[in-house]
Amino acid sequence: MTLQVLWFALWGLLWALYFMLDGFTLGAGMLHKFIARNDLERQQVIRTFGPVWDGNEVWLITAGGATFAAFPTTYALMFSYLYAPLLLLLFGLIIRGVSFEFRGLNATSSWRRCWDWAIVLSSLVITLLFGVAFGNIFQGLPMDATGYHGSLLALLNPYGLLTGVLFIALFLQHGALYLAIKTSGELQERARRTARILWPFMLAVAVAFLAFTSPATALYNNFQTTPTLWVVPLMAALELVAVRLLLAQNKWLQAFAASCAAIVLVVATGIIGLFPNLIPSSLDPAYSLSLFNSSSSPYTLGIMTVVVAIFVPIVIAYKVWIYRIFRGPVSDATEEGIGGNY
Amino acid sequence: MDVVTLSRLQFAITTLFHFMFVPLTLGLSILVAWMETRYVRTGDELYLRMTRFWGKLFLVNFALGIVTGITLEFQFGMNWAEYSRYVGDIFGAPLAIEATAAFFLESVFIGLWIFGWGKVSKKVHCFAIWMVVLGSNMSALWILLANGWMQNPVGYVLRNNRAEMIDFGALLTNPYGLIKFFHTVISAHLLAAFFVMGVSAWHLLRNSHPEFFRRSFRMAAPFALVAACLVMFSGDMQASVVAHFQPTKFAALESTWETRSGAPLNLIVWPDAANERNAVQALPIPKMLSYLAHKNLNSEVKGLKEFPPEERPPVLPVFLSFRVMVGLGVFFVVASIAALLLSRRTTWDRHRWFLRLMFYAIPLPYLANQLGWIAAEVGRQPWIVYGLMKTSAGVSSNLAPGHVIGSLLGFTLLYGGLGVLDFYLLTKIAAKGPEAAVTRKQEA
Repeated sequence: MTLQVLWFALWGLLWALYFMLDGFTLGAGMLHKFIARNDLERQQVIRTFGPVWDGNEVWLITAGGATFAAFPTTYALMFSYLYAPLLLLLFGLIIRGVSFEFRGLNATSSWRRCWDWAIVLSSLVITLLFGVAFGNIFQGLPMDATGYHGSLLALLNPYGLLTGVLFIALFLQHGALYLAIKTSGELQERARRTARILWPFMLAVAVAFLAFTSPATALYNNFQTTPTLWVVPLMAALELVAVRLLLAQNKWLQAFAASCAAIVLVVATGIIGLFPNLIPSSLDPAYSLSLFNSSSSPYTLGIMTVVVAIFVPIVIAYKVWIYRIFRGPVSDATEEGIGGNY
Repeated sequence: MDVVTLSRLQFAITTLFHFMFVPLTLGLSILVAWMETRYVRTGDELYLRMTRFWGKLFLVNFALGIVTGITLEFQFGMNWAEYSRYVGDIFGAPLAIEATAAFFLESVFIGLWIFGWGKVSKKVHCFAIWMVVLGSNMSALWILLANGWMQNPVGYVLRNNRAEMIDFGALLTNPYGLIKFFHTVISAHLLAAFFVMGVSAWHLLRNSHPEFFRRSFRMAAPFALVAACLVMFSGDMQASVVAHFQPTKFAALESTWETRSGAPLNLIVWPDAANERNAVQALPIPKMLSYLAHKNLNSEVKGLKEFPPEERPPVLPVFLSFRVMVGLGVFFVVASIAALLLSRRTTWDRHRWFLRLMFYAIPLPYLANQLGWIAAEVGRQPWIVYGLMKTSAGVSSNLAPGHVIGSLLGFTLLYGGLGVLDFYLLTKIAAKGPEAAVTRKQEA
């Protein structure tokens, strides 16, 4: 029981970390073509996340692997029920990864223009689909004893799409703030302006999301039974406001930190609202996938806890070290990297 | 076609495509790391140029290996939900550990290696590529321990309507998983050595950058020979493990129908599965099969007739893949010996035929690697977990053929495009040759 709850929390934490870390690459990727005006600036954008995006994406692989190991039934049903959207997500992730690596390998402008669009579109598709997927999980999937009764089109319901737009707005803001601290010169000015322009849009979407969550989902039930939990969404809202206050004072690093916290807290709000379910059933609560009916055996959870306790601190240690090596804005001169010029 | 067949086809295509890139990543990372280590130790600029040239080829390949790997993790749940639910308690653990303990290492340090030139000291930069070597090879360990469990399930008990892990140690020390790891990873190293020798041979034939490619060739040759010998050795060990744990696969690999003691190895065979016999069977080596199976000339080797037809794998593809793979293995040993001896000489002038041979041999280790997978995984059929769960029982119950036809079409188009791009980039970079000189300043 304790282990199951611990793994439920870890499951939520892994998703939160993934969205916080890949969120800025996805956001910068969506902005890439528009915020950078020429090839030199576009190389600069890619260099801001180039050293870290791959390691950040592994949090997604870990979240998937942890779902498999700790909640195999959830893993099996979530991935097979959401077959079509996950396939599109997969194609998006493949195209994005290849685009970052291949763009620099050929100097012709048509080659680069092609990959620039691939970066923008794949980042957009990935972000939207994650939002739609989580929006639908928050609402519950139409599943019962006979299986799944949904379809790809049914996933594109208003609340699912609203969550998709929320993810896009959060990540765009996150990416703009990241670029504002990692670039220099005109590009930095443009990133700062973009962050300022995006903020009201992001806030409007966030407010709409919080408002529609009440009629569309049962997420707020847990908060009503345990009112102290309201502190989490409240802090999420405060962090979003803090972003605006900090960027007004030109405190960009702090604004980015606030955006990181906001993303983690928004995901935490969703996960707390789901508890004890990983995926609720919208048809009959008896068929919801919860930490009780879908988890691995205590033995397996125990082994996995030891593994996580040993390796995650090591991972975090060397990741922090690498972030420190690449701290500060990237240079605006072209750099001849080993894989072409980035 | 039904959902099971379509899903199997999709898993086969995506795995084999993924495995077009993984072996070169596993092996070339070691060679590049060794080149960079030589550079750090000697300060010789040529080693730096070698690191950067082979490193660039390594990176193109690495990117595709990474992105196509995610597909496999997703597919267990997408297409094989019943399997995932039934065995996830024990099978999910090695996959999750792979991400945490190995994949992070590889993916984080590759970023430092690509972007860290000039930002960190030479030693730290070299350390980064060694961490990539460690991460990618450890990643293979966990994946093959997971695969080894499908071949020889251990450390579990059937409880709560599923297979639950009761002995993690047994999973870690599964002889099937460990020997398969050894054999697969060394085969990958062999592939990389042949890749370096083949590309070098092409340039040596054109006399472009002769010193650069002579030295590259010379570094790869002993690596190839050691790998080729270890591949044969580990392959032999694996054969015994297969004979012990998967008698149906072993019988299919050799197309043996009758159970007998002191069984001979027939050098020429053509299976005739419909009539449960071999259409052609000639040149027997007495008692050799018994020796290969159990390291005992008179031991009993089980034939396919021992098992009901619905528990036998398809004989012809398994048999053929295995035969061709073994034949290639012998070729690799001979070619590596010749490569090592000839590369010690100062000039290739009298042996240009051998350079040509080595260039055309580049695809052969790729072929051998793919055939090894086909023999191992088709040979496991009809089981998804040997002796425990049939493949037909593992597929997702909510899927219709239309779903999988759609995804299969998508994968074929996307992977086809990526394959063409990869081939274009690799040949372009390989043909262009190394940078003239490295101008970048490195901090001491």
